[in-house]
Amino acid sequence: MEETVQFKLNGKQTKVSVDIDRKLLWVLRTDLEQTGTKYGCGEGICGACTVLVNGEALRSCQMTVKDIVGKEVTTIEGLVVDGKLHPLQKAFMDHDAFQCGYCTSGMIMNAYSFLKDHPQPSYADIIAGMDDNLCRCGAHKRIVEAVQSAAKEMKGGI
Amino acid sequence: MEERVIEDLEFVEHSSDFSIDRRDFIKLAGSGIFLFFVLGDSALFAQERRRRSYPSDFNAYLKIGEDGRVTLYTGKIEMGQGVVTSLGQMLADELDVPLESVDMVMGDTELCPWDMGTFGSMSTRFFGPPLRNAGAEARLVLLELASDQLKVPVENLKTEDGNVIDKSDSHHRVTYAELAKGKKIARGPSGKATLKKPSEFKIMGKSFNRRDGHEKVTGQAKYSGDIKVPGMVYAKILRPPSHKSKLVDVDVSEAEKMEGVQIIHEGDFVAVLHKYPDVAEMALSKVRAKFETPPSDLDDKNIFDHLLKVAPEGSVVAHDGDIDTGEKESATVVEETYYDGYKAHAPMEPHTAVAQIDGKKVTVWASTQTPFPAKDEVAKELGVSADDVRVIPPFLGGGFGGKSRNLQISEAARLAKLSGKPVQVAWTRKEEFFLDSFRPAAVVKIKSGITDKGKLNLWDYREYFAGERGAEQFYTIPNHRTTVYPGGFMSGGEAHPFATGPWRAPANNTNTFARESQIDIMASKAGVDPVEFRLQHLSDEKMKRVIKAAAEKFGWKPMRTPSGRGFGIACGIDAGTTVAAMAEVEVNKTTGEVRVRRVVCAQDMGLAINPEGATIQMEGCITMGLGYALREDIRFKGSEILDVNFDTYEIPRFSWLPKIETIIIDNKEAPPQGGGEPAIVTMGGVIANAIFDATGARVFQMAMTPERVKEALKKT
Repeated sequence: MEETVQFKLNGKQTKVSVDIDRKLLWVLRTDLEQTGTKYGCGEGICGACTVLVNGEALRSCQMTVKDIVGKEVTTIEGLVVDGKLHPLQKAFMDHDAFQCGYCTSGMIMNAYSFLKDHPQPSYADIIAGMDDNLCRCGAHKRIVEAVQSAAKEMKGGI
Repeated sequence: MEERVIEDLEFVEHSSDFSIDRRDFIKLAGSGIFLFFVLGDSALFAQERRRRSYPSDFNAYLKIGEDGRVTLYTGKIEMGQGVVTSLGQMLADELDVPLESVDMVMGDTELCPWDMGTFGSMSTRFFGPPLRNAGAEARLVLLELASDQLKVPVENLKTEDGNVIDKSDSHHRVTYAELAKGKKIARGPSGKATLKKPSEFKIMGKSFNRRDGHEKVTGQAKYSGDIKVPGMVYAKILRPPSHKSKLVDVDVSEAEKMEGVQIIHEGDFVAVLHKYPDVAEMALSKVRAKFETPPSDLDDKNIFDHLLKVAPEGSVVAHDGDIDTGEKESATVVEETYYDGYKAHAPMEPHTAVAQIDGKKVTVWASTQTPFPAKDEVAKELGVSADDVRVIPPFLGGGFGGKSRNLQISEAARLAKLSGKPVQVAWTRKEEFFLDSFRPAAVVKIKSGITDKGKLNLWDYREYFAGERGAEQFYTIPNHRTTVYPGGFMSGGEAHPFATGPWRAPANNTNTFARESQIDIMASKAGVDPVEFRLQHLSDEKMKRVIKAAAEKFGWKPMRTPSGRGFGIACGIDAGTTVAAMAEVEVNKTTGEVRVRRVVCAQDMGLAINPEGATIQMEGCITMGLGYALREDIRFKGSEILDVNFDTYEIPRFSWLPKIETIIIDNKEAPPQGGGEPAIVTMGGVIANAIFDATGARVFQMAMTPERVKEALKKT
């Protein structure tokens, strides 16, 4: 059923007229043209489609538009503020924490939410916190290092 | 050895079809200084050229623009392996410009000259030397132009950071941009340029961060699925339950009722189109189809017997001495069989393509490792001239060999023609597993023997269906023979129930697992430490050096195996690079779970253009290799594939991550070799050997799953 609904996307009030049972991932990517969020498995297993909903990292391929009405959604595109990269983005660059880059948006969004809850994470915390995000190129070591150094840089802030 | 590496890349022949000549290109690319160069300089490449009829004119070029920026046009693509950085480094260094001023145009079949594809760790090896030469030639042209302008003889000029400078007066200078202004100069190689010596390198051999970082961390990097053209629709295609199924009946009436859905039905080919991909998928789920599937008893367990049964005649690819003599003279003979199941490429980005037909002109954006062959495939599919087809590869979300098969591109092209609209085909994860060209299931049989003095004296190696790369052994063994039964990863044909193809370091993962496991068995039989045993049987100085380097970093103390420590070693050669790995594992004897604690890997790859990039590739190989070694196996029944997503097909995760330490041997004087594949070949062998050292149990089949480890433990 098509409805007009509102939610906040990357800080901006956004109105869409869509079938609210459609998956958030596809509405973001096609209707709203925010293509930084990727499709990887379609079943919530890989984490490539991770976005923040009210600050919590969730799998957009498993959520419908109905789930986010009135809420605040942040995608990778929303992390850059006034042209300035988020410390996590910068750390991913400094550590070369990706190869093909396809899982990167999901990794960064998951790490963002993780660091909010674990401002001073141990190595084991990071491993556990990132474990449900998959990367095929094998950038894991550097992703962990990037999250570690972003945590230091952020000093508990976001 | 090198020749075989090439021949094992049994890719189909493609003739040159570069569609624009130099004059057209210069018209297209505007003013500046152009350097055209051919890749025929290296001896290795000459072999390649004989086999593939390379264009005789030129097949890469660079432009120095009026803004001083240098653009390299290459048919190679970036799929995460990092050539976007390393190729730029080579060019920048020879040309004496900062790396930041080099732009790369990659894989666009209209702007770039023909290239067979990006695979086989060949970009740096074969493309690197002529690229450097082109940079050096361009520098000569700039020196000549500057000499005229500054009225200073060439020998009194030097180049630095995009400037030509009078050696006797550093204020007397001219920039490359000024020299290129208003010019249209095109040159081929003069043969007069000399390459820089390693001691003169300013950019090569130094570490640089990836050049595509900003786009990738901000979500701005465009992959094929991110391409949207006006009027484009998304297609979902009806798939059979198994590869041998035939469509007998189909009812699209329910799907057709959905608003905005267009159905394409041509023979067995049924697709639904919609402006939203998720709606197209929903519509596809309403298509009722009946398939008939011929019965087959084949499955992932009996596949090996089947393969041995249908294997064609073998041919001996290496031998010395006499096998019978070797066996007679050996005090201990061990005969073992090794197995490797089908492995999926499983890149995070499934195969995707967008096809647009505008009058005569066909444009395709696609995730492909082989844009130029793809162009021919599209032309064939549509019955048009290849000159009218342009393939543009955006960023590739992982390839690993799997994206050298371009089925999704043909599908998109076909649908664009049938629907009259631009079409995007983006496979679901299930389709990606179903339509993948797997690393083939394979069998290796080895009979080996040692004398009463513990010297290797017999090696009879027979390889079935893996492919030849890495089959030939490199130890000193007086009586040895390597037999390859054709049917490698590209030519297994009907023997396999579905498609097979090259998978990162094709064939070599299986061959190195078998060889290094067997060598380890012989070391244990001889009662000699496995590192010491290898060194005793090696004359290859490079190999000895990497083993010693790894052993030193690892802190390897000689001991007979199984020692209970859980230490393993394996070594191999791939894509010209020599590599050795050592691992420490922990085995849970109750569950059979193997936990890799630590991996040390050393490699000699000649000159490492970007040590940071090469290190990343080694880490990636080690991490990805844990998957095929420990968990990955495609399960199937008949020709139906049972693993269709990451819930049952497990790939490496953060929690698997061992401590990884890498060493790149300093060998700047030697030409650069492959970097994206070599280290992965060691992962099966090094883990198998570490499991044996930990428990005394030998696992003969990859993946070494908990069940298989438990089975092996029972036999100890």
